[in-house]
Amino acid sequence: MKMMTRLMGAAVIAASALSTAPLQAEGTLVIASSQVPRHLNGAVQSGIATAVPSTQIFASPLRYDENWEPQPYLAESWSVSDDGLSVTLNLVQNATFHDGKPVTSEDVAFSIMTIKENHPFKSMFAPVEAIETPDAHTAVIKLSAPHPALLLALSPALAPILPKHIYGDGQDVKAHPANSAPIGSGPFMLSEFTPGEAIVLKKNPNFFIEGRPVLDEIIIRIINDPSALLIAMENGEADVYPFMAGSQEIKRLGEADHLTVTNEGYAAVGPINWLAFNTKSPKLSDVRVRQAISYAVDRDFITKALHRGVSTPQRSPIIESSPFFDAAAVTAYDVDLEKAKALMAEAGFGDGMELTVDYIPGPAEQQKSIAEYLKSQLAKIGIDVTVRAAPDFPTWAGRVGGHDFELTMDVVFNWGDPVIGVHRTYLTDNIRQGVIWSNTQSYSNARVDEILAQAAVEGDFAKRKALYSEFQALVTQDVPIYFINATPYHTAYKKDLVNAPMGIWGTMHPMDRVHWSK
Amino acid sequence: MTPSYLLRRLFYGLLLMLGVVVLNFLLIRLAPGDPAVVIAGEMGGADEALLAAIRADYGLDKPVLTQLGIYIGNVLQGDLGQSFFFNQPVATLIGDRIGPTILLVLCAQVLSILLGVFLGVIAARKPNGVLSGFVSVFATIGYAVPVFWTGIMLIILFASVFPIFPVEGMQSVRLRDAGFMIRALDVAHHLVLPAFTLALIYLAQYARLSRASMLEVLGSDYIRTARAKGASERSVLFKHALRNASLPILTVAGLQFGNLISGALLVETVFNWPGMGRLAFDSILRRDYPTIMGVLFFASAMVVVANLLTDLSYRLADPRLRGKS
Repeated sequence: MKMMTRLMGAAVIAASALSTAPLQAEGTLVIASSQVPRHLNGAVQSGIATAVPSTQIFASPLRYDENWEPQPYLAESWSVSDDGLSVTLNLVQNATFHDGKPVTSEDVAFSIMTIKENHPFKSMFAPVEAIETPDAHTAVIKLSAPHPALLLALSPALAPILPKHIYGDGQDVKAHPANSAPIGSGPFMLSEFTPGEAIVLKKNPNFFIEGRPVLDEIIIRIINDPSALLIAMENGEADVYPFMAGSQEIKRLGEADHLTVTNEGYAAVGPINWLAFNTKSPKLSDVRVRQAISYAVDRDFITKALHRGVSTPQRSPIIESSPFFDAAAVTAYDVDLEKAKALMAEAGFGDGMELTVDYIPGPAEQQKSIAEYLKSQLAKIGIDVTVRAAPDFPTWAGRVGGHDFELTMDVVFNWGDPVIGVHRTYLTDNIRQGVIWSNTQSYSNARVDEILAQAAVEGDFAKRKALYSEFQALVTQDVPIYFINATPYHTAYKKDLVNAPMGIWGTMHPMDRVHWSK
Repeated sequence: MTPSYLLRRLFYGLLLMLGVVVLNFLLIRLAPGDPAVVIAGEMGGADEALLAAIRADYGLDKPVLTQLGIYIGNVLQGDLGQSFFFNQPVATLIGDRIGPTILLVLCAQVLSILLGVFLGVIAARKPNGVLSGFVSVFATIGYAVPVFWTGIMLIILFASVFPIFPVEGMQSVRLRDAGFMIRALDVAHHLVLPAFTLALIYLAQYARLSRASMLEVLGSDYIRTARAKGASERSVLFKHALRNASLPILTVAGLQFGNLISGALLVETVFNWPGMGRLAFDSILRRDYPTIMGVLFFASAMVVVANLLTDLSYRLADPRLRGKS
């Protein structure tokens, strides 16, 4: 008994000793994340889980400021030829990989061709025919057609420059062992990677930008449980929590005195939460039914009540924070139940119909809650909705990828330029069986195909914007998708963090300027 | 206990493991969802060529029975395969996590037995007393409450309202470079809530079991004799009675090992404990077949070994069984 008392006493003393004052090593940044990366090579893997560490480990030709303007990075300058078919990158002279080997134009050429071959976003570098390397620090990208999305595709999140001497050994880059132990030329070097648990990055002392990075260390701590993650932020165990989307957690961390909570840093991600229609379904092939449903759903109720005001309405296939968004072009479908009923009657469904809605399992607020709201809301225009749950993501992906659905909630990212993240959803030639996040709506409009083909090669911003305006008008009239809201991604970070990464790519951007105020 | 008995038990154990492997393999493939779609989805999208390449890379394009044959052949050679998701050897992933799971399960086991038996003995001393009633109520609640609920309540109480204990896994990331003692204390600090949560449900069972067992033993003649000889109450309870009353506890402890591992799955998820349970949970959602089967293989091996050891220790504790096979 005495022994047990002593043990318990010791445990309490140890606990209180460890729980006093946060033990914060100087210059360490702890990022809490619920996202689990498969590996750390963003050249062959998209997604925020890989991009956050990948953009610290690998440098890229360009980086972007908060105004969507390209800035020098590995390329100290660049130029686009008058015909738009050639882009010349002049590389910095002093950049080296973490193993000491210099970064050359050969590495740039190898990386861009590797990304073209292996990255799931095929449209990023599709027009790249060849990359010439006249000298060690000049790379000339040759294009088959002008490609205005190219400069954005050279961002850290999309174009990590790989060391050719490591990845060019003939192994499949998607399954290369170096993906879990990468060598890059970015501001931080990989120190430890425990899959599903933590990523430890140490300062690169030979980083090519003098005086950077400022931080000694970045630790990405993967915490799956949302409540544990919140407590870790509240208690100061973690310093930054990006990609937070739950209204409750946003509000709760917003009340913490030591934290700043912001929705900045997601402009390029462009996450859109939407309701997709299977236009091949006999019940939904008539555009009037899709329009009726759109008129019946109250977007404001969803953003203000279901999301407690943390999300913003989205009316377009292009995220509303993008320079290509055109509010005047879109049909917004402000709620109008009488019009919705009339459209249903016109389409021959005046007596109502039955529909099934799917949703991505997981945090409910953006998906399941809206699906359940649709059930009650669409009943008002005579539609009996069955909410079909999926036990897990693979089941949902199998249904939607296999076109075995009528309505589904979904969330899809714009990824900066419409060519990268928008076109895939609407092009007729991207209707693919078994492929999630392709044109699973089976939407086909010849004029839309034509506009997107033109916009992909139009170098003049104003003309390109006009094309995208027409595209937005057509898609919102055809409603293969009813756009609901921008996913309310927020970042919470400690107030004494200076230069917190809040540009267009947020934390998917090199954090070489980030530091503590004291 | 003869060597042939031991060999026979080991043989049965191996046969059981083989059955577990085959059953796991077939069950997991009955679940809807295609791992190639998950991997492609994680990569950010895909086309048919990529899906086909992923299926070919992981052998998913072969008939299921061929895949089963290949898998059993590999397991017999000690190769648990490559994780679909992380593209790393399953053995490495499990190797990183088996230590934390064993630490958690053993701590919970020891905690539940020690505290449970202690409470049971105290309760048995005065079966109609207040303490006995408290133990009964506590045991019933402990048994009835779902383990994840207990975990969440403890997190709210001891990590949020009174931030005494951390919730971010097994150790503080900021103390990674500290000395051994600091890190050991840090792990102990992180262990308190998950170990107690996992122990609670079994603690209740041990308390009830040892109370019942003790009540039975305390009614025996030899206990009356011990008391008549003037033995102290503590000696009667803990030396004379508990030893005989401990046999059923020993049996249950061995049988509970499997339950503890399955309980660890939930506790690890709630407390972000970096063990095999969380790996299994995440792998199921990702349809990462080799990892799921690797974890189940190790978990079932641990249960088989635990049962074997229980059986053997039972024979050591009870002289009457030693000659029997």
